[in-house]
Formats: sequence, C-alpha cells, structure tokens
Amino acid sequence: MSFALVFLIGVLFSVGTYLLLQRSLTRIVLGVGILANGVNVLILASSARQGTPPILGKDDGPFTDPVPQALVLTAIVIGFALTAFLVALAWRSWTIDGYDLVEDDIEDRLIARRLETDHLGDVRDREDVDLNDDTEGDGA
Amino acid sequence: MNAALALPILAPLLGAAISVVFRQLILQRLVSFIALSVSLVSAIIITVDVSRDTDIAVTRLGGWPANIAITLVADRLAAMMLLISVLLLVIVLVFAIGQRAVDEHSAIYHPIYLILAAGISQAFLAGDLFNLFVAIELMLMASYVLLTLDGTDKQIQSGITYVVLNIVKSLFLLAAVGLIFAATGTINMAEVPERLAGLPDGVRLGLNLLLLIAFGIKAAVFPLYFWLPDSYPTAPSSVTAVFAGLLTKVGVYGIIRTETLLFPGNQSQLLIWIAGFTMVVGVIGALAQSQMKRLLSFHIVSQIGYIVMGVAIGTKAALAAAVFYILHQIPVKASLFLVEGIIERDTGETKFDRVGGLAHRSGYLALLFMIPAFSLAGLPPFSGFLAKYSLVRSGFDQGQWVIIGIAIAVSLMTLISMTKIWIGLFWGEVMPVVPTGRVGILRHYRLMTISTVTLILGTLAIAAFAGPLYEFCVGAAEQLVNPMMYIQAVRGS
Repeated sequence: MSFALVFLIGVLFSVGTYLLLQRSLTRIVLGVGILANGVNVLILASSARQGTPPILGKDDGPFTDPVPQALVLTAIVIGFALTAFLVALAWRSWTIDGYDLVEDDIEDRLIARRLETDHLGDVRDREDVDLNDDTEGDGA
Repeated sequence: MNAALALPILAPLLGAAISVVFRQLILQRLVSFIALSVSLVSAIIITVDVSRDTDIAVTRLGGWPANIAITLVADRLAAMMLLISVLLLVIVLVFAIGQRAVDEHSAIYHPIYLILAAGISQAFLAGDLFNLFVAIELMLMASYVLLTLDGTDKQIQSGITYVVLNIVKSLFLLAAVGLIFAATGTINMAEVPERLAGLPDGVRLGLNLLLLIAFGIKAAVFPLYFWLPDSYPTAPSSVTAVFAGLLTKVGVYGIIRTETLLFPGNQSQLLIWIAGFTMVVGVIGALAQSQMKRLLSFHIVSQIGYIVMGVAIGTKAALAAAVFYILHQIPVKASLFLVEGIIERDTGETKFDRVGGLAHRSGYLALLFMIPAFSLAGLPPFSGFLAKYSLVRSGFDQGQWVIIGIAIAVSLMTLISMTKIWIGLFWGEVMPVVPTGRVGILRHYRLMTISTVTLILGTLAIAAFAGPLYEFCVGAAEQLVNPMMYIQAVRGS
C-alpha cells in the first residue's frame, strides 16, 4: 500500500479523534463521520489486492479481492445510519435546551453540587441533592 | 436442522417488517409473540440438538462450500446463550405490556424490540467476524432507539453518551476485523485461528488487544465501563432489564470467543487484573448510590468482573464456571430490574429518601426482591452461590489467591448494597402515603407480577437443577478449551 494512503489514514484518525473529544455535538458528529471513513480507508488500503475487476468470464490476470469492498460497502451503510441517528439526537438535544453541548455526567454534577452546598454550610440543602432537577444550565 | 439455525434471526426480522405495516397495538403484540415463539422453539431445538447428537450445529447459508459461505454456528455456549436470551425477551415483553408505559404504545416499539431480538440471536450464531460486527450493529441500533424512545431531556443526554461511546466501539471492532482480514485473508472464525498462529507475536498481540478493547467497551469492563451507569437507568425498566441481561453479555461472549477461539492458550494476567478492578469499582460505585436503578446498574459492571475472572483463569473448570455464571446472571439481574419496574410503576420513583415501607404494603413484593438480591450476593441455596462457588473453586485450583479474595470481598459488599436497598425502600414508614383503601401492590399489576414471578422461578430452577445444567456448562467449556472441535465442525468432514 502506498505511503500517501497510510498518511491519509493517519490524518483521518487524528482529525476524527480530535473532533470526538470536543464538547460541541456538531463537531462530534463530524468526528464520527471522519473516523468512520478512516476505518474504511484502512480496510481497503490494507487488504485489497490490486488487479482487474473480478467478473465471471473475464480471465485476464490477477483479480481484485472483492471481499474487502463488500465489507466496506456494508460498513459505509451502517456508518451512514449511525451518523443520521446521531444528527437526529443532536437536533433533539438542541430543540430541548438550545445548546448543542455534551453535558457533564450525573456523578460530576452531583459532586460539584455537593461541594457548592458544603461551602454554603447548609446541611438540609446537601441532603436535598437531587438527580431529577439537575438539568438547568449545568452544561453551559 | 438447517432452518432451525436461521430462524431465530429471520423470524424476528420478518416480524418486525410485518409489525411496521400493521400499526394496531393488538396486532403488533400478536406478531411479536408469534415471532419470538418461533425463535424460542428453534432455540430449544438447537439446544437439544447440541446437547445430544451433533455437538456443534453448522449451517452454510445458500449451500455454498465451507470457505465461501456465510456460516451460522451453534456450539453449546452459543445455543445456551441463545435459548436464555430468547426466553428473557419473551418474559420481558409480557412485563412491558403489563407496565403500560408510553413506550410500548409507540408504533415502533414492537418492530424495534424484534430487531433487537434478531441482532442478539445473530451475534450468538455468527460464524464469521464481520457477521458478528453486523449483528452487534443491528442490536445496538435497536438499543439506541429503545433508549431514547421517549425523547425526554435526560434520555437524550444519556443517549448521546451511549451512542457516541458505542460508535467508537464499533469503529474499533470494524478496524480489528479489517486488520485481521488483512493479516490472514479470511474472516471465518474457523479459519482465522490457524492463520493467526503463524503471525509474528507483536501483530497477534495488537489484534488481540484491539478486539479486547472493542468487546470490553460493550461488556463494560474496567476501565471502559463509565458509560453504563449513566445511560441504562434512563430507559424504562423493561428495556433496562433486557439491556442489563443481554447487551453486556454479548460483549462478554465476544471476549470469550476472542480468548478461547481466536487467541487460545496462555492464561491472561491482564484479564485477571481487569476482572478484579471491574468487580471492585462496580461494587464501590453501587454502594455510593441512593437510587435503586442506578445502584443496580453499577452492579451490572461488578458482576461482569466475575465472568471475566473465569475467562481469565482459562482452565476448563474456570470456563465452565464462567458459562454457568452467565446462565445464572442473566435472569437474576433482569428480575431485579423487573422488581424495580414494579416499584417505580407504583410509587413513581425509587429514590431511597422518597420511598419507604414497601414491606408493610406488600410482603410478597419484598420476597420477590429478596430472592434475586440474595442470589446476586451469592448466598446459599440460590443460584448465585453455586456460580460463585464453582468460580472460586476453579481459581483455588490455579492458586489465584488475590482474585479469590477480591471475589469473596466483593460478594460481601454486594450483600451490603442490597441491604441498602432493603433499608431504603422496604423498611421504615410508608412513603409516599397511599390511600387506605389501596392495600397491596402486586394485585394491581397482574401481568408484571406474573412475568417477574416466572423469571424468579427460573432462577430458582437454575439452583434446583444445577447438576444437569452444570454438566451442560462443562460440555460447553470442553468445546471452548478445544477450539479444534469448533474448527473441524465448521469446515465439515
């Protein structure tokens, strides 16, 4: 496989990983798309034998291996469905609270709130820490 | 025989297609039950078949020769997991109908549930790595939809974590499958091991780790478990029960196949450490919770550690114990979530400071919680004791003292966290206050009670018939430690 392809795979993986680690959902969706394509190129580049199209009746020389192409085709379809679903989730998240940021997880928010109430020194507030009303404004 | 192997995949998929067309709820329920019954019957046929005549059932779709065809393979492990999964899916479907949740009335609940069933079945029966990947994707796609079906704020939030993490896992798995194909020129699980054996050690190790990371995220082992306790509790209890019982087990199934079939041999010190940390971190997380559903979700993680411990020790006895552990774990874990579902349906929530005195209101409900809780903690005479005993015994034979110590300590901590649920929800004053005319809990939810009781009777049956079942698990382990049996059966003689 050519050096250019190896380099391309590296770039796609690193860009995809970088975008996945962002907090904005739009970037995460883009990151998923790029990373998925990185994997597809990886499969094609690493396992495809070069040759003529594998069509019955044509017997001139070494054929291209059709299996990786079939694999990648399936993977592209699956990746498309996943990205579409993720976009729908991002849209729904945006219509609910107007942000497209990924929120802190519940434990983080609970601990942060516990620290806050500790500073205030109000014992009743601390026992009131609630999983249910932790939605407003934490992720911003 | 051939049809029986394909039916657990085809029947639910066909049912899903029909179910989308007929949108009346009654018809959808009927279609779901017919499709899952067909799956169940064929799963029983397969299990009887592999435990009696042919040890490993193989079907080559389309009648192509062995090295070209897409193969479906059922050895004893796959047959057992298939049977118990379909059983659980049927029981939980009855529960979901009784739960009268908004979800079940959604037009796509039943089709998606059937697709989930098809994906899980295909994952256990897949004979090549890419098919396994597609099956897991099918199952996950359905799980994404089920998890976020309500579209509420919390579901979307946790859904995003769940979906992104699982997509990363899928890409790892896909990359691993692609690289294995590049290195060996095949993805058939019967041909890969032989050709992998000829590769340099470094390449083998890399491929092995890539597969372990992918399946490890799905199985929620340490340190890749963090997404699970955040996402599972937001789904309705019936959905969480299926997820808890089956989805993580597909990841474990992948780990077992990786360690026994594709990369057999040496006892894995890495996996032993992973198992120990998974148990401890899961149970400590559980102890810190103040809500039943989140507490139970952390226990999913903790219990996975026990199964991985059996796989890591890797002897025949240890693998038999791990297989038996899965057999015990699926119904016990799911029934705890079903009990939680009944409580949540009645009181609206399961936070320890808002709910109390359930034992005063319904002694039977307390009993329904107590049996699987004791079983999870591993007290005799329940199935959990037998599973943990056989696991510890196999570690004892190998001199794995540290992991045995951890396993026993974690059992104790499991019991403590179950006591925490007991004190929080079942003891104390009756909260929230109910009208005096409304006595009892279970009588108001007949269908939910019937399915929960059935499942709990199932766990008791596992304890009662532990002898023959354990024999079956030893047979499964024998096939796992001799991968040549699998390979020869798939290639055909």
